[in-house]
Amino acid sequence: MTKILAVDDSASMRQMVSFTLQGAGYDVIEACDGQEALNKAKTGPVDLVLSDVNMPVMDGITLIKNLRTLSSYKYTPILMLTTESAADKKSEGKAAGATGWIVKPFNPDQLLNTIKKVLG
Amino acid sequence: MSIDLSQFHQVFFEESQEGLQIMETGLLELDCEDPDIETINAIFRAAHSIKGSSGTFGFTEITEFTHVLETLLDEVREGKRGLTQEIVDLLLKSVDCLGGMLAAFQNSEPVDPEYANELTVQFNAYLKEGCTKAADQQQKPDKPPVGATKMMTTWNIRFVPSADILKTGNEPVRMIRELAAFGDCCVTTNLEKLPDIGALEPDCCYLSWDIELTTDIERAQIEEIFEWVIDESDLSISESAGLFMDSEPEAPTEPEPAKEIVAAAGGNKPAAKPAAKSKAAGDSVKSAEATSIRVSIEKIDGLVNLVGELVITQAMLSQVGTESDSGNLIKLQEGLAQLEHNTRELQESVMRIRMLPISFTFSRFPRLVRDLSRQLNKKVEIKLVGEQTELDKTVMEKIGDPLVHLVRNALDHGLESPEERIEAGKPETGTIELSAFHQGGNIVIEIRDDGRGLNTEKIRSKALKNGLISETDTLTPEQVQDLIFQPGFSTAEAVTDVSGRGVGMDVVRRNIQELSGSIEVESNEGFGSTFAIRLPLTLAILDGQLVQVGGQTYILPLVSIVESIQPNMDLISHVAGGCDVLRLRDEYIPIIKLNELFCIETQRTNLVDCLFVVVEVGNLKVALVVDDLLGQQQVVIKSMETNYKKVDGVSGATILGDGTVSLILEIMDLIKMAGVMQQSKNGLHMVSSRGYAA
Repeated sequence: MTKILAVDDSASMRQMVSFTLQGAGYDVIEACDGQEALNKAKTGPVDLVLSDVNMPVMDGITLIKNLRTLSSYKYTPILMLTTESAADKKSEGKAAGATGWIVKPFNPDQLLNTIKKVLG
Repeated sequence: MSIDLSQFHQVFFEESQEGLQIMETGLLELDCEDPDIETINAIFRAAHSIKGSSGTFGFTEITEFTHVLETLLDEVREGKRGLTQEIVDLLLKSVDCLGGMLAAFQNSEPVDPEYANELTVQFNAYLKEGCTKAADQQQKPDKPPVGATKMMTTWNIRFVPSADILKTGNEPVRMIRELAAFGDCCVTTNLEKLPDIGALEPDCCYLSWDIELTTDIERAQIEEIFEWVIDESDLSISESAGLFMDSEPEAPTEPEPAKEIVAAAGGNKPAAKPAAKSKAAGDSVKSAEATSIRVSIEKIDGLVNLVGELVITQAMLSQVGTESDSGNLIKLQEGLAQLEHNTRELQESVMRIRMLPISFTFSRFPRLVRDLSRQLNKKVEIKLVGEQTELDKTVMEKIGDPLVHLVRNALDHGLESPEERIEAGKPETGTIELSAFHQGGNIVIEIRDDGRGLNTEKIRSKALKNGLISETDTLTPEQVQDLIFQPGFSTAEAVTDVSGRGVGMDVVRRNIQELSGSIEVESNEGFGSTFAIRLPLTLAILDGQLVQVGGQTYILPLVSIVESIQPNMDLISHVAGGCDVLRLRDEYIPIIKLNELFCIETQRTNLVDCLFVVVEVGNLKVALVVDDLLGQQQVVIKSMETNYKKVDGVSGATILGDGTVSLILEIMDLIKMAGVMQQSKNGLHMVSSRGYAA
C-alpha cells in the first residue's frame, strides 16, 4: 500500500488530511512537527511526504533539508502545505528540496488530485 | 469523493482555542523593548495555523481577520517593524475577537463582524500600504477562466528541466503523462546532452523534450503542470500555428532570501524556555461546552497495559477454576491478590485520565491581572507556581470563578497603589502569587498577595454594624478574619468596577464547599494576605468515615468532621424547643440524633452510650449522634439522582466491600431536616424551621 507521511502541527488539518488519504486507500503516518516526522521517516521509507511549513520544534523547510540527506528520501516526492502563496516560501522550500506545494486552503478533492498526480 | 469537513470542526475549535491561548500567553510575556524571537514565532505560528485551518474548513471571517493579524506579526517577526505596547494591546484585543468568532461558529450563531472590522481598520492603519495587496495575494493561484468555446489548438512545448530536477522528487515523465492526458501528444526526447557513460551522474537529468500537444486546454493549464519546476527549468510553450516562438522569460533561480539571517540574528536567545512555556499552556484549554477531554498518550498507554494485565489475571483465575483441585487454593488466592492489585491500579489510572494540570485554569490569570492592574493603575506582577499540579476536570471547571474572584479582590483591595507602597517602604510593584500543590488526597491552591493585609479593626466594626457580632464578643484575630466569609460582608470603601459589591466571599466559600472543599485566610496587616483553598482531587471518590446507626451504615465525608467524642452527660443541655446542645469548649453545638431523623430503631437510647461526631459545614457546627464509628475508607460516589431519585439528607451512595449499599450523608441537608440552624460560631441564635425558635 502506498505510504504517505503527513506532517502538520494543527490537529484538525492532520485529521482532515489523514481521513481524506485513508479514504482514498493510502496508508498514512502522522507527525505533528518536523522532528517527529524525521524520526518516523528514519524508521522506513514512504512514498510521499506532505508537510506543513510553520511548525514548532522543527519547521517544514528544515525537515525537507534533513529528509533529502537521507538516502532513502533522496528522490521521494515532498509536498509543502502552505498558506503562503508568496514566492519566497516556495523558493525557499524548493531550494531545500521540496517537490512542490499545495496552497492552503485546499479541499480534499484538490489534495487527492495533486497527490495522484505526483504518485503517477 | 466528497468528504464532510464538519466532522473536523470540533478539533479545529479546540486547537484554535489552544492557539489563542498560546498567543495570549506569548503576548503577555513579550517585552516590547527586547522581544524574544521564539515567543514571536510561537505567536505567529498559532495565528498562522488558525488562518490555514479556518480557510480549509470554510470559516472565511476568521481567515480574513487572522490574515491581517498575521501580516503584522510577520513584519514583526522579520524585524521590519518594532514592537510597541499599542501593537501588543491590539493583538490581545484580536485574540479576544477571534475567541468570540470561534465561539459564534461553534454555537452556529451568526458572527458579528463589527469588532473584527474595527480592529482590521486599526491593523491596516499600522500596515499602511500594501494591505489590500496582501489580502489579494491570498486568492492566488487564480484559476484560469474556462473558455466558453473549446478550441482545439496544437501547442509546441519545449521542456528542458534543470539537471537537478530528480533531486527534488520531480519526475519529468509524470508531467509528460499529465500532458498526454489532455489530448493527442507526440513526444520527442532530445539526447544530445547525454554524456558518455563514464561521465554520467545517475541522478542528473540530461534529457529534454519537445512535445506536440493537440488539445482544447488553455496555456495556463499547461503551465500549471510545470508549476513546481518552472523556475528552474527552461520551458517554452507556443501555438504551433503561430509564427512566433515566444519563449517564457527565464526566471533565474532566486537567491536564498534574507529570512534565515534574520532568524539567526534573533536566535541568540535560548529558545528552550518559551517553547516549553507555550507547550504547557497549550496542553489543554477550557471550554465550557467541551465534552471531550484530551488525554496524554502516556496515560492511555498505562491503561491499555493495565487492562492487559487484568486479562492475564482473569485467564489465570479461570484456569484455576477449571482445575478443581483443592491444592489450587493458594494459586487462587494469589490470583485474587493480583486481581485486586490490578483493579486498584486500573481505577487509579482511569481517575488520572480526568486529571488535568491546573495551568488550564491558571493560564487565564496573567491576562486578567494585566488588564485589571491597568484599570486600577497599580503595578502588579503575577507569579504562577505549581501549574502542573493535576486536578479533576470537573473540579477545575468549577473552581475558576471563585479563583477569579479572589484574584480580583487581591488586586483591588489587597494591593496598594504604587504611591502607598513606596510610602510603606515596599517595592512599587506588588506581587500576587498563585500556587498549587498536592497535600494528602487534596489539592491546595493559594492566592497570596503582598498588599496591605486584612484590617481586623475595620472588619470588626463592619461586622458590628451589620449585626454579625455584638460588642461583647471577644474574637481572636483569626475569627475576625473569618468574618469576611459571612454573607453580605464587604469592607470596600467604594464599590468599584472590579470587585466589592458585597456578593463576595460568602459566595466564594459556598462554591468551594459545594466542591467539598474549604477556604481559609491568613493575613498580616501591612504584609499581605494568603487565601488557601483546599479541594478534593476528584469528585468521584470521597474519603469517608463509616458510622453505624442502628443496623445501618452511613458515610460522612471525612473533610467535614471536626472531631468525634464521647461526652459527659453534664456537657449536654436541653434547650427550649426540643433541641439538645452540646457544650464543647465554650461553644454550644446543636445535637442531631440520626436515629430519630431517619426513624431507625437503635438499642442505644441513652445519649451517654453514644458517640458524637462534630461536623462543620460553612460556619455551622452540629454534633451527630451515632452508635459507632466503623472505619475510614475511600468510597466511590454513585449518584442517587441517576440511579434512584433525590433523597433528602443524602448526597450519594456507595457500595461497600460486602456488597451492601451505604448512603453518603449530606450535612447541610441534615441540618435543614433537623430544623436546627446555628447562625454563627459564637452567637447562639438558633432558628427552627418547624416554627418554634430556640
